Amino acid sequence: MKSASVCIIDYGVGNTHSVFNALSYLGYKVKLSQDASVIEKSDVLLLPGVGAFEAAKHNLQQRGLIPVLNEQVLSNKKPILGICLGMQLMASYSEENGFFEGLNWIPGKVIRIAENTSFPVPHVGWNQLEIKKQSPLFSRLNNESHFYFDHSYHFVPENPEHIAAHCNYGTPLVASLMNENIMGVQFHPEKSQINGLKLFRSFVQEALQYV
Amino acid sequence: MFKKRVIAVLPVLNNIVVQSYGFKKYLPVGKAEIAAEFLNSWGIDEIVLVDISAGKQGRFISPEMVKKASSRCFTPITAGGGISELWQADQLIHSGADKLCFNRSFFENPGFIRDVASQYGNQCVVVAIDAIAENDTWRVFDYSTGLNRSISLEEALKQAEENGAGEIFLNTVHKDGSFTGFDIPLFKWVSEQVSVPVLACGGAASGSDFITLFNETKVSAGCAGNFFHFAEHAVNLTKQMIYKSGLEIRMETQASYIANQVNLSGRLLKKSEADLDHLLYIKIEKEVI
Repeated sequence: MKSASVCIIDYGVGNTHSVFNALSYLGYKVKLSQDASVIEKSDVLLLPGVGAFEAAKHNLQQRGLIPVLNEQVLSNKKPILGICLGMQLMASYSEENGFFEGLNWIPGKVIRIAENTSFPVPHVGWNQLEIKKQSPLFSRLNNESHFYFDHSYHFVPENPEHIAAHCNYGTPLVASLMNENIMGVQFHPEKSQINGLKLFRSFVQEALQYV
Repeated sequence: MFKKRVIAVLPVLNNIVVQSYGFKKYLPVGKAEIAAEFLNSWGIDEIVLVDISAGKQGRFISPEMVKKASSRCFTPITAGGGISELWQADQLIHSGADKLCFNRSFFENPGFIRDVASQYGNQCVVVAIDAIAENDTWRVFDYSTGLNRSISLEEALKQAEENGAGEIFLNTVHKDGSFTGFDIPLFKWVSEQVSVPVLACGGAASGSDFITLFNETKVSAGCAGNFFHFAEHAVNLTKQMIYKSGLEIRMETQASYIANQVNLSGRLLKKSEADLDHLLYIKIEKEVI
């Protein structure tokens, strides 16, 4: 089996170290880069992210990453997985601390989770998936697998067909999205022990054949 | 279903993980990365790594240590100890910390945690408060001086929330290392005071303490340090006890003792001779991811 090359997009925010560790642990050739030539040569892309939407979007812009990402993802249909804020950046816009435009790869908006007395915001901790749609991400997982979530804002896609999985936090929240080669997870696979490693394995192995 | 969390606290003193007794006495455990790797393989839900000597020595928790601990540990790590500048927060996040925990810098400059929250989001900010029981009430303890702070616990909680804390880590000095169970009235009161998740810490000795905590209060997580270091698979056994009591807890540990019997203090009992004979002929394949 050909070993896939994985590129983690380095745009100065977020916990890239943990994502790097998880993929290296699985034996992949992983690069952390903001270099267009590396992004073009890699088989699959990962867009991690922790932090605030505005700062993240600003960093992507400042490093000139948006044109190369648009080309690779929208024209070349290269598989990409957005993690947490990385998935939220794929939205049309976010209402986190104002109004900010996203990459608009999956039409929809990012809004704050509604406050509820028995479900505090942020949504922190382990929650179970309710898989809605067959996605290459879930091929090694059972429905109701646990993943680690940590977020105050959530993604509301325009087209419910794009929802790959929900989780239940008083109300259903989007846990995973898929629009052809563009995939996203709200939770942190790199922090979800064995299930997270299985998800990364599935993403890299199967995303290549799927598209 | 959303789950209650079982969190391990690893206090670090001079680069060694220790067991802490009453914030005064300490016993050495070992290197942070070894403890983190073991706890991860035992199915812990989260790890809090706090350098308790950093603040006093004018340092902050070593990013190198966080990096080592997170490299073989695929579970969330909260790092704390002496963080008082944004560049320090930055280094720790890039070394693999998922959340940061603040004690002294929060009390001395509450605006600082607001800056961290606007950079990394509220979910990244954990405010650590040490409560101490005094005359039927609770006060806020200052570990660096050994005295109580003038601010009331109620006011401290309010300020933490107002300045953007995503979670409150509440430790209890009078319970630390006592193995007498969590301070239930305190956690009951606190978890109703604040709207963010509360992590309860201090006094846990077995799974039954977690069961009482989760049944009687609204806290999101129970934390323990000391007793996880006494026995192999202590985390698996604790979570199993909680799970059997009917509470919502994540059971995805690599080793499972669901079919085993335990004694009252949560220690595993020996299987019957017939079971052990049978086990001789079973080959358990290691799961390949």
